[in-house]
Amino acid sequence: MFNLNKGPRRGRGAAALAVAGLAAMSLVACSTGPGAGAGAGSASDLDAALEKGGELTYWTWTPSGEAQAEAFMKEYPNVEVTVVNAGTATDQYTKLQNAITAGSGAPDVAQIEYYAIQQFALSEGLLDLSSYDFGELEDKYTPSTWSAVNLNGGIYGLPQDSGPMVMFYNTTVFDQFGLSVPTTWDEYIATAAKLHEADPSKYITNDAGDPGFAQPLIWQAGGHPYQADGTDVTINLQDEGTKRWADTWNQLLEPGLLSDIPTWSDDWYKALGDGSLATIVTGAWMPGVLESSLPEGAGHWRVAPLPSYDGSAATAENGGSAQSVIKQSKNPALAAAFLRWLNSSDESVDVFLENGGFPSTTAQLNADEFLNATPEYFGGQEINKVLVDASANVVDGWEYLPFQVYANSVFADTVGQAYANRSDLNTGLLAWQDNLITYGNSQGFTASE
Amino acid sequence: MRATSPETSQALGQRVRKPRREWQGWQFVGPFALVFVFVFIAPLAFALYLSLFQNRMVGGNSFVGFENYVAALSDPQFWNGFIRVVLFLLVQVPIMLALALVAALAIDSARLYASGVFRMVIFLPYAVPAVVAVLIWGFMYGNNFGLTANINDLLGTDVLRPFSGQWILASIGNIVTWEYIGYNMLIFYSALKTIPAELYEAAEIDGARGFQVIKAIKIPAARGAIVIATIFSIIGSFQLFNEPNVLKPLAENVISSYFTPNMYAYNLSFAGQQFNYAATVAIIMGVITAVIAYVVQLRGTRKEDR
Repeated sequence: MFNLNKGPRRGRGAAALAVAGLAAMSLVACSTGPGAGAGAGSASDLDAALEKGGELTYWTWTPSGEAQAEAFMKEYPNVEVTVVNAGTATDQYTKLQNAITAGSGAPDVAQIEYYAIQQFALSEGLLDLSSYDFGELEDKYTPSTWSAVNLNGGIYGLPQDSGPMVMFYNTTVFDQFGLSVPTTWDEYIATAAKLHEADPSKYITNDAGDPGFAQPLIWQAGGHPYQADGTDVTINLQDEGTKRWADTWNQLLEPGLLSDIPTWSDDWYKALGDGSLATIVTGAWMPGVLESSLPEGAGHWRVAPLPSYDGSAATAENGGSAQSVIKQSKNPALAAAFLRWLNSSDESVDVFLENGGFPSTTAQLNADEFLNATPEYFGGQEINKVLVDASANVVDGWEYLPFQVYANSVFADTVGQAYANRSDLNTGLLAWQDNLITYGNSQGFTASE
Repeated sequence: MRATSPETSQALGQRVRKPRREWQGWQFVGPFALVFVFVFIAPLAFALYLSLFQNRMVGGNSFVGFENYVAALSDPQFWNGFIRVVLFLLVQVPIMLALALVAALAIDSARLYASGVFRMVIFLPYAVPAVVAVLIWGFMYGNNFGLTANINDLLGTDVLRPFSGQWILASIGNIVTWEYIGYNMLIFYSALKTIPAELYEAAEIDGARGFQVIKAIKIPAARGAIVIATIFSIIGSFQLFNEPNVLKPLAENVISSYFTPNMYAYNLSFAGQQFNYAATVAIIMGVITAVIAYVVQLRGTRKEDR
C-alpha cells in the first residue's frame, strides 16, 4: 500500500492533465498500448464482426445519438454500444485529442465536425475506412458532404448531417417595414440600411465575428484561402473570393448595420424573439433549433435561399458533422460496421430525421414525405424544398486547414478586432493570416502566403 | 516532553539502531507522501520535463532545451496577459481587502444589529461556485437585455458597457470582489476575535476611542491575517482564469485567447496542441508568483516583528 516506487510511473497521466492545466477531464492513464487498429480489413469483416459482437463506445452530442444506438442494439443484440456525451464540438475535441495523444481512453467512434476532420486525420487519429470498401457508399451522400470526409485519398468518416446555408427571415418584420426578400448581397445591404433607418433598434442580422460563420461565407464568395498539399500549406486570406466577401461585409459592418449580439447567447434568443433581428443566415439544420429553442417565433419565420453575389444560386456548408472510427479502437471492424449502419441505413437516418436533424443522405433528402412537409412553425411553407435545393448548390473545391481548430480559436484575436472597432475586415484577415502562417511553421508545416 | 535526560535518549537511540529498519515513520507519513507525490511533485516534474521538448504536428517530439523559455520570455502575447493581471492585482486586490476589512471591523464592533446575518450574507457569494457566479453576472451584464441595459434605459445613457474593451477588466474585478469579499472578511474577523478582552479594557481606561482602538489594537493584531489574505489574493490574481474564460463567449473580441497567462496556457494546449509551450508558460508564471508571494511575506512579517 505504501509502495512509493509505483508513484511516478502511475502518476504520469495525472501529471499531463495537471500541466495541461486547469480543466477537469477524464483521461485514463496507465496504458501505452498503441491500439489494435492498424486498418487492415475488408468489407466481409464487417458482417462477421456484427455477428460476433462486442462492446463499443460512441462519443456524440447529436440529440438522437442514444436512440440510434438503441435501435442498432435491437438489430444486433450481440453488440453493446455505450453512448457518451463528452461535450459539444471543441470541448469534445479537447478530450479526444488528449486521449489520442495519451494512447488510450478514446472512444471507438466519435462525432467530428467537417472542419476538424482533416486535423484529426493528419494527426493519425482516425482510421482510413477505404479498405472496408466504404468508397461504394459515395452515391448515398450529397457531393459536398462526401468530399468533406474524403481527404488525401482516404475516407475518414461517414457524413451524418449537412448544413447548406440558407436565409431565415422574420416575415412579420419584413411586412411591417415593407421589405422584400433580398436575393443578392447588394439587395441584402440595401434592406439592412432601410430597416435600421426605419427603426434603429432593429438589425438585418447579428454578427459579432464568428469563424464558423465567416468561413462559409468566404466559401460561398468563391474564396479558396487554404490549400494543403501534404505538409505544404498555402494560406491566402486576400484571394479574390475572400476579398469579395470582406468588401461586401464591410458595407454592413462599418456603418453599424450589424448587431453585435453573439450568436447562441441568451441575448440572441431574446433578440430573435422580439423581432430585433430580421434574418438569420445559417445552416439548414436550423429549423429544429428554432422550433425547440424559440417557441415564440412560431408563424413568424420563413426560409429563402442564401443571397448571392450575382443572383445565381450558390451556397456553402455551415457546420455539419461526420462520425469517424478512431484508430485506437480495439475492434475497428465492429466500429466500422456500426458506423456504416449509423450513417447509411434507413432505420438509423429515420431516427435522426425524427429528432429534427438535416441528413446528408440523398434518399432521405429527396423522399416525397420530406420534401412536401409543411411545418406550421414556418407558416406552412415547404421549407425542405428550399433546404434541399441549397444542398445541391454548394460551391465545390473548398478546403479547411489541417489545423483549423486552432485557427478558429484565434479568429477573435485577429479578425475579431476589426469587428470590435467596426473597421476594415481585410486588415483583420491579414493579421489572422500572419498568425496562421507562424503557427503552421512552428508545427512543422511549410506554410506560406 | 522535553524533560527526557540526555542519557535516556542516548540509550533509546542505541536500542533503535538494529539491523532491521523501522517502518512506523513511513506508515505515518505514507498516505500524505503518496498523495503529495501524485498530485504535487509528479505534475511539477512532468511540467518541467515537458517544457524542455517540442511536439509538432508534423515531425513529432524533439528535445529543444531552453528554447521554449527563450520564446516565452520574448512573447508579446504572454507579457500582454501578464501586465493585465498585474494591473488587475494593483487595483482589485486593495479594494477588495479594504472592503473586507471594513466589513470585518463592522461585524466585530458589536454595534451592528444582527451581525450574524450580515456575516452570512457577505459570505454567501463565496459559497456559489465560481462558474455559476460568472454566468449569473454574465446575464446581468448583457448589453442588450441584461440589468445594465435596463439601467442604461432608465438613465437614458449608453455609458455602462460591461463587455466593452474599456470596461471589461472592471467588470471582472467587480465579480471577483463580490465573490471573495466574504472569504477575506472571515479571515480578518477570526483574527480580530483572538484579541484578548483585557486589551480593550486597558484601552478604555487609557481613554482610547473607537478609531484609536482600531488603529492601535485591531489593525496591528490583524496584520498577520492581512499578509496572508494579500498573498492569497496575489496568487488568485495571477491565476485569473474562470471569470474571463466563462465570459469569453459573451465578449469574444474583447477577451482574447491570451487575456491572462492562465488563459493563454489553456488555449495553447487545448486549442493549439502546444502542450510544451503551455507548460513553459505555466512554469514561468509559477516562478513569478512564488517570488512575489515570498517578497510580500518577507516584508509583511518583518513589519510584524518590528
